[in-house]
Amino acid sequence: MQEIVNIFVKSIFIDNMVFAYFLGMCSYLAVSKTVKTSVGLGIAVIFVLGITVPVNYLINDYLLSAGALSWLGDGFDEVNLSFLSYIMFIAVIASMVQLVEMVVEKFTPALYFSLGIFLPLIAVNCAILGGSLFMQEREYLSIWQATSFGLGSGVGWLLAIVGIAAIREKIRYSNVPAPLRGLGITFIITGLMGIAFMSFLGIKL
Amino acid sequence: MNSEKNEREPLFSFKNRKLLLNPLNKDNPITIQVLGICSALAVTAKLEPAFVMALSVIVVLTISNVIISLLRNGIPPRIRIIVQLVVIASLVILVDQFLKAFVFDISKQLSVFVGLIITNCIIMGRLEAFAMGNKPWPAFLDGMGNAIGYGWILIVVAFFRELLGSGTIWGYPVLDKLGLYDLGYKNNGFMILPPMALIIVGIIIWIQRARNKDLIEEK
Repeated sequence: MQEIVNIFVKSIFIDNMVFAYFLGMCSYLAVSKTVKTSVGLGIAVIFVLGITVPVNYLINDYLLSAGALSWLGDGFDEVNLSFLSYIMFIAVIASMVQLVEMVVEKFTPALYFSLGIFLPLIAVNCAILGGSLFMQEREYLSIWQATSFGLGSGVGWLLAIVGIAAIREKIRYSNVPAPLRGLGITFIITGLMGIAFMSFLGIKL
Repeated sequence: MNSEKNEREPLFSFKNRKLLLNPLNKDNPITIQVLGICSALAVTAKLEPAFVMALSVIVVLTISNVIISLLRNGIPPRIRIIVQLVVIASLVILVDQFLKAFVFDISKQLSVFVGLIITNCIIMGRLEAFAMGNKPWPAFLDGMGNAIGYGWILIVVAFFRELLGSGTIWGYPVLDKLGLYDLGYKNNGFMILPPMALIIVGIIIWIQRARNKDLIEEK
């Protein structure tokens, strides 16, 4: 149990998707104009990560990794399908995103229009595929650990995008040099936030 | 019919030239459209991987744009994301195998990042925004233009990060040959860290928008 909580906290602060690995930057920069839309997108990302990581964990554990197919019988002990993991992971992610898109379009049309092209782009949000690949690389011991990692990464991403959105809402009242207004200053603030988050790197849990 | 009108149109008409040239500056995928940032940060610590990455993206984006544009009328809108991703993923596997076969050293350096082309939103973004609604030839030009626009930013960022961070250009120790180290110059290790890539892109945006006043965002 303690291990699960540790993984959760670690994936929010120390291994933050945005600030430690710079994954999922595109939607992070483009949708962070207001806190409201960024909360919406953040929750969508938590949802997609929280489902795709455990699903991909099961696929990886029972179908793809070396010797995973041994439950089929003796002849399958040697089979290693891990070269298929990219395609399998991305297929699971894409179908999940399509599902989320339909649900959002049906129940909150306003959010659907404000997210625009960035909703289907969750499918190619590097944070999502990155979550599954990190899960594969770190070899979590149980599906609960994988789930807590997925949810934690999602929460970390939400934290990052809400943080930058709040700063951007405030910075509108500051006198930023005209060419730097909007996107430029966002890049620089994200760089500074990244430097700040690097101070978590030393913490061991 | 539309196709007849298009045949009379010259291959490089004004409209088509704009498709190719606009993404280089006024409609740049990284600095204006905000697509493909993750890999721009990940591969730009050195010039060589950045160059190979730019080339791979040119290949994948151009071909996938054409393929999706050819298929656009046969793809049911509800499952378009999956179709697009399958096309992209197969092309990325091809590029990956090609790099492994012919430039194994660089492929080893890049290994993770080649896979990341699948999740490079610039490709998905152009497929979704352009190829789904246009003919193959404009889609080809659009893909090419956007990939080159992406590539030149990558190479500029990598140039400065490698020069200031490790004092080399394409692995060649420029600053050492110039004798700057004897004068007490030290490499700025900070430039190697990912946050500096963000700040350099920020500076590029600053310069670009200072030169093109109409790109400046409203308050």
